[in-house]
Amino acid sequence: MKRVALLGMPNTGKSTLFNRISGASARVGNWPGITVDLMSAKILMGGHIAELIDLPGIYDLHGFSDDEQVVRHFLEHNAIDLVIIVLNSTQIDRQLSLALQIRALGLPSVLMLNMADEARRGSISIDIQAMSERIHMPVAMISAKYGEGFQAALTLAAQSIASSNMQLTLEQINSRLQADNVLEQEMESIVRDSVQMPAQLTDQTTERIDKVLLHPWLGLPIFFAAMYLLFQFIFTAGKPLQDGVAWLLQMLRGGVLEPMLAHVPTWLHGLLLDGIYNGVGTVASFVPIIILFFLIMSMVEDSGYLSRAAFLMDALMARLGLDGRGFVMMLMGFGCNVPALMGTRVMRSRNLRLLTMLVIPFSLCSARLQVFVFMTAILFTPQQAPLVLFTLYLMSFAAIFVSALIFKGRYANSEPFILELPPYRFPTPRQIVLRGWQEVGYFLRRATKFIVIGVVLVWVLTNFPSAAAPASNETFAGMIGSFMAPILTPIGIDTQLAIALIFGFVAKEIVIGSLAVIYGLQGDALMHLMAHKLDWVQGMSFMLFTLIYTPCLSTVATLRTESKSSAFMMLSIVWSLVLAWVVSFVFYQSARALGF
Amino acid sequence: MSSPLTTSLDNLHPGEKAAISSIHAEESLFQRLTALGFRAGKQIEMVRRASFNGPLHVRIGTTEIILRRSEAHRIQINTGL
Repeated sequence: MKRVALLGMPNTGKSTLFNRISGASARVGNWPGITVDLMSAKILMGGHIAELIDLPGIYDLHGFSDDEQVVRHFLEHNAIDLVIIVLNSTQIDRQLSLALQIRALGLPSVLMLNMADEARRGSISIDIQAMSERIHMPVAMISAKYGEGFQAALTLAAQSIASSNMQLTLEQINSRLQADNVLEQEMESIVRDSVQMPAQLTDQTTERIDKVLLHPWLGLPIFFAAMYLLFQFIFTAGKPLQDGVAWLLQMLRGGVLEPMLAHVPTWLHGLLLDGIYNGVGTVASFVPIIILFFLIMSMVEDSGYLSRAAFLMDALMARLGLDGRGFVMMLMGFGCNVPALMGTRVMRSRNLRLLTMLVIPFSLCSARLQVFVFMTAILFTPQQAPLVLFTLYLMSFAAIFVSALIFKGRYANSEPFILELPPYRFPTPRQIVLRGWQEVGYFLRRATKFIVIGVVLVWVLTNFPSAAAPASNETFAGMIGSFMAPILTPIGIDTQLAIALIFGFVAKEIVIGSLAVIYGLQGDALMHLMAHKLDWVQGMSFMLFTLIYTPCLSTVATLRTESKSSAFMMLSIVWSLVLAWVVSFVFYQSARALGF
Repeated sequence: MSSPLTTSLDNLHPGEKAAISSIHAEESLFQRLTALGFRAGKQIEMVRRASFNGPLHVRIGTTEIILRRSEAHRIQINTGL
């Protein structure tokens, strides 16, 4: 099998090209010595079966950043049959240096100049024949987004696959990369001979939009208003879809599963329906909101607005010892903490990275959102609910800021903050759907196992020893809850809620599922019971604790693997538990003191 | 202005253009700036400056970049083109 690597600078549409070539067949692969997740896919290229690998975006091969190190490591440890270099046509005058570096390494390569559509709009013309002759590798112009020139480029790539593959040593990489100045002169000469571009490319549309969105005074209010509207939209559109899924699940249980399992032993009936099916049902009923969330999120990300958010927020973030990228990662954390933590790899200062990783788990992720949507629906009117959710988002930011301020001395950094602002691009429906599909798939693969195992575990704990009545104080769960009571009573959390919190440590996705098993009810019946048993002060205290304490085992595992420090992981767990307890305690005791 | 005036990039006002004369930075920062098109002789334009002493938004050729004032301070420019 041939091995083909995709390599390019950041923001060149490399991943879009990867998705176009691989379709939806991509998966995360394991590579010797590389701790970063690399997407790969098996594809048919010419007559060959090839493995296509999407390498991280890099500016050069010198290895100053982690991503550059990953690429160097990859080239050092894997024989390569072809490197597909992806560059942005509209920035070819400075990006060509990467292609020249690859050529200097002697790797078999083909150059794909992406964003042909934008180049045309910007009156940039490239003589690919002349360029190809000068850099001694095939060159093709493509638009990965719209598919223009794609088939021809693939054919060119297939013809360029070397008859024998090539593996480099680190010494070879370093010795062949020596002459930067020579390379730069060559780049200028090639660009002079083969590229026609206006001295300044001004994208009128982007400039006009930026005038409003990056306005000195309007920029920030617009940013926060946009975020608020986004969440409002997700709930308004998500609610009927969620209800529909819940109804379907109920129909399936009553109409098919109950009659089918009528004659199995009671314990198996309980395990299958109250454990596994309830768990699966819990996942399924929240899928619509997660899909909506990531569809919207991918639009916000791909449009280039997130880089603008970094620009707007950097003044504040710099004061917290973080940077604008940290803010972008925190926003990603509002989808899921795990990829956000992995995304901090773009930061080159270890201290800045650790500080950012310490605060990201306070981002109110979609799993915690499930808990809050459920709880607010029980305890508040439909008019109050969005306001309560918004307050929780503000609390999430507050926890981030307070933690950053407390720990910024410990993790002081002097990392430069330099980011490209890409022009506004509206992603194609294909891009949005594919992105949403990948994110949802990732979420489900990760969450489903956790939820089902977690819910089954809770079912076992709440139904055994078999002499005890289900979910009563005599079950294992009740014993654990009673044991924790001295710590949790002062923050208004009773035994049942305590059990839900214990399992929330595994994953927030199982909290609602575990409540369903703890109370032996689900859907409207569960809501009625909880509304009867809890007042809003208790519910709010529970939500605050859920918001701030350890998000899930996956986050903990990611913290450890990314920081490569168990001590750092422990610090994160302990600090979040302490902060959660203090916040809930202050809220609960003040609210009670005020007579609520 | 008849003769070139040398100052640092963070002193440029929105809408003004200048030529980069030199960059004073350690190798990792220097490499990153070079990769993004910051090179001696290149023309650079200040697009906008963020409020509250936030980052600067500059344009070099076809690339728009945001960077902090502290990094911009290390880039020397010639005004009065």
